[in-house]
Amino acid sequence: MSIGLGHYLSVGAILFTLGIFGIFLNRKNVIVILMSIELILLAVNVNLVAFSSFLGDIVGQVYALIILTVAAAESAIGLAILVAYYRNRGSIAVEDINLMKG
Amino acid sequence: MYEAIVVLPLIGAIVAGVIALVGARNRYPGANPPPPHDDHAAPLVPEDHPHAAPSPDTSHAALSNTDSEEHVAEAPAAGSRVCELITSTFLVIDCVLSWYAFFDVGFAGHDARITLFSFITSGDLHSDWALRIDSLTVVMLVVVTTISSLVHIYSIGYMEDDPYRPRFFCYLSFFTFAMLMLVTADNLIQMFFGWEGVGLASYLLIGFWYYKPEANAAAIKAFLVNRVGDFGFSLGIFAVFFLTGAVDFDTIFAQAPGLVGKNFHFLSFDLDALTVVCLLLFMGAMGKSAQFLLHTWLPDAMEGPTPVSALIHAATMVTAGVFMVARLSPLFSLSPVASGFVIFIGGTTAIFAATVALVQNDIKRIIAYSTCSQLGYMFVAMGVGAYSIGMFHLFTHAFFKALLFLGSGSVIVAMHHEQDTRKMGGLWRKIPFTYAVMLIGTLALTGFPLTAGYFSKDAIIEASAVATNPMAIYGFIMTVAAAALTSFYSWRLIFKTFHGEPHDRHHYEAAHESPKVMLIPLALLAIGAIVAGWPFVSIFTGHDVNEFFRESLKFASGNNILEDMEKLPLLTSLTPTVMMIGGFLVAWQFYIRRPDIPVALARDQHVLYEFLLNKWYFDEIYDFLFVRPALWLGRLFWKGGDGYIIDGMGPDGVSARVLDVTRNVVRLQTGYLYHYAFAMLIGVAALATWFMLAGVHG
Repeated sequence: MSIGLGHYLSVGAILFTLGIFGIFLNRKNVIVILMSIELILLAVNVNLVAFSSFLGDIVGQVYALIILTVAAAESAIGLAILVAYYRNRGSIAVEDINLMKG
Repeated sequence: MYEAIVVLPLIGAIVAGVIALVGARNRYPGANPPPPHDDHAAPLVPEDHPHAAPSPDTSHAALSNTDSEEHVAEAPAAGSRVCELITSTFLVIDCVLSWYAFFDVGFAGHDARITLFSFITSGDLHSDWALRIDSLTVVMLVVVTTISSLVHIYSIGYMEDDPYRPRFFCYLSFFTFAMLMLVTADNLIQMFFGWEGVGLASYLLIGFWYYKPEANAAAIKAFLVNRVGDFGFSLGIFAVFFLTGAVDFDTIFAQAPGLVGKNFHFLSFDLDALTVVCLLLFMGAMGKSAQFLLHTWLPDAMEGPTPVSALIHAATMVTAGVFMVARLSPLFSLSPVASGFVIFIGGTTAIFAATVALVQNDIKRIIAYSTCSQLGYMFVAMGVGAYSIGMFHLFTHAFFKALLFLGSGSVIVAMHHEQDTRKMGGLWRKIPFTYAVMLIGTLALTGFPLTAGYFSKDAIIEASAVATNPMAIYGFIMTVAAAALTSFYSWRLIFKTFHGEPHDRHHYEAAHESPKVMLIPLALLAIGAIVAGWPFVSIFTGHDVNEFFRESLKFASGNNILEDMEKLPLLTSLTPTVMMIGGFLVAWQFYIRRPDIPVALARDQHVLYEFLLNKWYFDEIYDFLFVRPALWLGRLFWKGGDGYIIDGMGPDGVSARVLDVTRNVVRLQTGYLYHYAFAMLIGVAALATWFMLAGVHG
């Protein structure tokens, strides 16, 4: 059995779904949300690379590298915000972060 | 010279006004002044003064309580003395010039018309600022400037403790300016300007002690009641312009004879044009001169400082209506119906005000009703066509009524701002000079032979006896009856204030004569009250009327009142004197010999007494007829029209709906991150689904 495009896409879909559920089912820690976002981005990357190889178009892989860079920057900022938030409010439990409302 | 007479008080007012404003700014930089705590601040006293016990009669009780305490008056405003000196000096100059003008115009016959500059030119309407100097004007000039200058000087003493003297003198001079504009007016618009100017000054001065709620209410009442009269006056001016196409007196008077018999067609009624015009104009006079039905503001106006009452509400402003009828005598003399109405109102006012004055207890209110009554006399004279006699009474009345008011001011100062005659008594030993001048004023008012009032008042009664107008007999009866009542209430005032036993020992012991600066004007006015009569008899009532007044007064053709008066039976011409003596004797009996009689009488005739004490219930009737419906209507429009409909449909309604919507939207915002993330994903999913189903190009 050769590994075809469908398998890669399945892995991407599974990763994506895991990321979504990670955001919603998580009631404990904001870091888990950050990790879930990474997971979603990873799923996107898998898709991009799979399509790139399947179509013989290098642009998809270049794009995957750009996304990796952005994802790294994003998690750095997210963690920095979390540190600052923890200093201010003494908690990063998801339940406690509910100030963003009218 | 005439320009100087008119403008000098204005300059004085401006100077005093600037000083008052600058002083106020320096005293209260960037803030409103706190309510002052001097002895006029009646309603504020109890909080800061432990001695002042609350009392049901707040104003009098609080007023009388303050004198037992430390005097905590504010320091007088900067420049008070300068203001007093400037305005008083200007007025004295004015007074001298006016007397010169009186002889120059009246006897030497140098009438003048001075056009200062154009005021309104709009289509057919032309109106100039112009001074019309004739005999009628100079009589008023003399009255206004003499009384005003004496009142200015008197006020220096009377207002000594008041911290706001620059403002007071500013208003006082402004009033004088407006009054001079009124009497020198050459057209109806300029007259209306002066008319409203004195109304404004009256409002400001009645409400001078603006921290007293009663004073504010009285000021507003005076202003509003005058608006009713001014409404008629302005309609009259419009009607005159409609009929003659002009507002200046010369044109109007020239056209007046041609208006006889013309009709207005109004709402399917045919009305005699001249009568309608005269009645409308007279409505203005009724308001300003506090005649029956529109009189209610005058007694309340006594809330103002006493010099103001003397100047505005006795001697000058309230006589503006009389002056206006005299000025427009070429119109009024052509309309017997309107003249009859003038007599009716004048006679009714004379008797009405006199009956009310019988039972009042406030010294200033008694004199206020007396003023009202005397104005009724003047209108009777105007109505019967004896314009010069009405002017004569205006002239003499100004002196003795100003004297009585200023004298009562002196009494009030002596009694530490106590105005209730029931708490006075026996004061003649303490303030003999004030007693003497009040006595002279009373003699003149009641028409004691050879005093000023004797000549003018008796002339009015005689004129109404011989007049041909069908209403004249009503005027005659009313004025004769009022003469007796006048004598009674005037002597009652004297007896209750100056004779008998002191009713308030504490005040009696502390009573003291006023300073010289107040007594000298009183002395001058007392002289005026005696001698303002006989030197002027011939020019006002005798053979010299035509030489003196010339064209300024127009008597109806066939009006021989002045000649007929001399043929009157002796008995008739003695009637007023008999009435005067009768009133005096009754007052003597009631208040000196048997002080128990009035008490018993008030008990026996309880209904009548209450009726008079409550001023014929006019305030209550007006309250029921006008004030309450007006309040109800205002509240309806405010709450219903404006609040419910306009605001409800407009701004308030819209903002309320927006709030409703947002309140529901806010409920969606929980603040939890994963809810927001969920919403985003749902959105992305929906978007993706949309493109999948509809295609990218769909």
